[in-house]
Amino acid sequence: MAGRIDTATEPHARQWKGNGLGFIIKLILMAAINAFGVFIIFNAWVATSWVILTVAVLLLIAANVIYFGPWAIPLKYLYPGLTFLLVFQIFTLGYTGWVALTNYGTGHAGNMQQAVDATLIQNERPLEGASSVPLTIVRDGSTVGFAVAPNDQVLVGTAEKPMEPVDGAQVDSKGKPSEVPGWEIVERGDLLRDKTLQDEVIAMRVQASDDPNDGSYRTRDGNRANVYHSTMVWDEDAMTMTNTQSGKVYHVDKSQGYFVTDDGEKLATGWSVFVGADNFIRAVTDSKLAQPLFKVLAWTFAFAIISVVVSFFVGLLFALVYNDSRVRGRKVIRTLLILPYAFPAFMSALLWRGMLNSEFGVINELFFFGSNISWLQDPNLARFAVVFVNVWLSYPYWFLVATGALQSLPADTMEAATLDGAGAFRKFRSITLPLLLVSTAPLAISSFAFAFNNFTIIFMMTEGGPMFPGDPNRLGATDILISAIYKISGVSGGVADYGLASALSIVVFVIVGVISALAFRQTRKLEEYM
Amino acid sequence: MATKEMTKQKAPKKSPTKNQRWLLEVGWKYPFALLLIFYAVFPLAYVVSASLNPKGSLAGSSDLFAVFSTQNYTELGATQFWTWFLNTIIVSGAAAIGAVVMGAAAAYAFSRFRFKGRRFSLTSLLIVQMFPQTIAFVAVFLLLLALGNVWPALGINSKLALIAVYLGGALGANTFLMYGYFNTIPISIDESAKIDGASHAQIFWQLIMPLVSPILAVVGLLAFISSFGDFILARIILVSEDQWTLAVGMYQWVSNQLTSRWGLFSAGVVVAAIPVLILFLSLQKYIVGGLTAGSVKG
Repeated sequence: MAGRIDTATEPHARQWKGNGLGFIIKLILMAAINAFGVFIIFNAWVATSWVILTVAVLLLIAANVIYFGPWAIPLKYLYPGLTFLLVFQIFTLGYTGWVALTNYGTGHAGNMQQAVDATLIQNERPLEGASSVPLTIVRDGSTVGFAVAPNDQVLVGTAEKPMEPVDGAQVDSKGKPSEVPGWEIVERGDLLRDKTLQDEVIAMRVQASDDPNDGSYRTRDGNRANVYHSTMVWDEDAMTMTNTQSGKVYHVDKSQGYFVTDDGEKLATGWSVFVGADNFIRAVTDSKLAQPLFKVLAWTFAFAIISVVVSFFVGLLFALVYNDSRVRGRKVIRTLLILPYAFPAFMSALLWRGMLNSEFGVINELFFFGSNISWLQDPNLARFAVVFVNVWLSYPYWFLVATGALQSLPADTMEAATLDGAGAFRKFRSITLPLLLVSTAPLAISSFAFAFNNFTIIFMMTEGGPMFPGDPNRLGATDILISAIYKISGVSGGVADYGLASALSIVVFVIVGVISALAFRQTRKLEEYM
Repeated sequence: MATKEMTKQKAPKKSPTKNQRWLLEVGWKYPFALLLIFYAVFPLAYVVSASLNPKGSLAGSSDLFAVFSTQNYTELGATQFWTWFLNTIIVSGAAAIGAVVMGAAAAYAFSRFRFKGRRFSLTSLLIVQMFPQTIAFVAVFLLLLALGNVWPALGINSKLALIAVYLGGALGANTFLMYGYFNTIPISIDESAKIDGASHAQIFWQLIMPLVSPILAVVGLLAFISSFGDFILARIILVSEDQWTLAVGMYQWVSNQLTSRWGLFSAGVVVAAIPVLILFLSLQKYIVGGLTAGSVKG
């Protein structure tokens, strides 16, 4: 990259050197990036993740073209940031949109074939009446396998690879494989000493063949293996799953992604399918969902608006009072007043949670004469408390902003107003406040968007509680949309509904986007008006 | 009301009302300040007091500064606190450095080169930055599940994955702030260096970067603080206790056993907050300038 310019310049070029250290660093970096890229591509190949493989190939080619080619200099500077932006932000935004249109979640993960396999495996039982066969545990490096000889032919398989015949293996007098080419026999004593190996062996299932209907070998003691057969049989042509014990026949419901009998009995494991706007429709029509969600939505707006407005005016008030050159020690006062903002917010929220504890909290103890006011257990008090704490956390921001804005107010306008006989309040209302609003309105919008999605403070203080009685998703009175999404999504464990959670995320995107767009327009108008 | 000071002209006449007037216009602001400072600082004073109380529970920590003991601080060593502390520093530090380098490079490109799609990219960035990553956390989670299948170090429960996710938001959040600052550096500086034979990389690293160091410090600090305080992504991504950051770990302390771990929590807060507090206060002027500039730019 440096070459072109250097060759064109005269030797009087001062301290700038050409293809030197920089070029070497670049080569080393590119070598590392290429090695890493090839590593990822290879792993993606092994894991059969075709999307990741494609993206990795494209990104790697792009990196080499951009950094070794003489064209597209700006891209050399944009590439790293853009890569992260594309993968971890733009893709996730788009992917949210896609997941919102599916029923991805607990019981609806993966594709139909995976659901078939999982169902067959979940319903595997030891074959009745069949006796067990002698088993030898074998290993090849870290891979552990089962060796059995049901019909004098030694078969070896692993958790990933179904049983396959091995030639040249020996079987001892009890029918137990004693020598398997390509595999190391694990002695019984070694197995008993190695607890992790034991656990692995007990949990292992080795498919009898490629067809999951053929069942699998499992062991309880590492000494003998049983053939397990699924009580379910999958008929690929008829697309039915039959329970051989009860005789129930489950059909495929392609539109919803599960197996269901004619009487509407469903199997637990289904697969993820495209459901269109179902998630959005469900969020507004399913009364169990719509009612709490509506309350959450209303509270989200209330929380964000009240927080921003109150902290704005608190900060403005403080700024007005102490933007006064006659007050001494203003610097100290200011520093002390902005401390809550400098303090990490999650710690403040947790701290307030303890202070507001109804039994032992210092707030009740010191300011309410030891009474047991349940600040965080009563719905309305809890709402008040989170707003109060959020104001405490964010007024310093407005204090700083307003102080800055006040100091840049036009002095001549003020003077003119004074000469015209305007009183203090009149000047505040007609000059100070409008000017302040113009300069701070865009900040108020970003503050609003921030409060709208301020998961940390809500979750740290109340986890969204107190709960609406009997709500299936454990939503509560102080839940805002993002914390409700968190609970519904099940990313922290429990029943997951990624589809619905993503649909609600899209709703948040739309709200934030619309408000930002409207507000930016409005500020432009305000500016013109001024 | 509060704006009284604006009407006030220096009263030259000496009169008995002068004191009264002073009290009415300025004097009351001192006791009022005490009240406000109490409001602002009380929780912080309380946490320091609780951290010095060896009782270690919420109950009985209401007598401020009644006892003095460093027991809670020494007991931090028996917990995972320092592991979390280190994790937080690693994650936030890496996220901050990455954000600075990538943001500065992007700002340099936008500020110094004229290329096809430049305006479009800038506008897109402006739009993208309105939608914080945290809302898409479900998709982030699913993406990391898939990446973890390919390479576990980029999957769930990896600090590297968390850093990568934070870096995904770096360009949107910081480019504008830096872009504005880069534009204030006259382009003639670049041109003279170019004539002297400097390559664009040399101009960027050796010429421009030192000149824009104030904004680098601000962006680095903002990125550090935001990942230091992030809870939702860290909680989703970091599963096992030894990988947690402070936000996740301390939340767990307080949410499960609020009364019993209170002393430990308080000591942890004091230890972890002090560096942030000092950093913030010393760079206060730049941060506020940065915050406002970043949002106003449209």
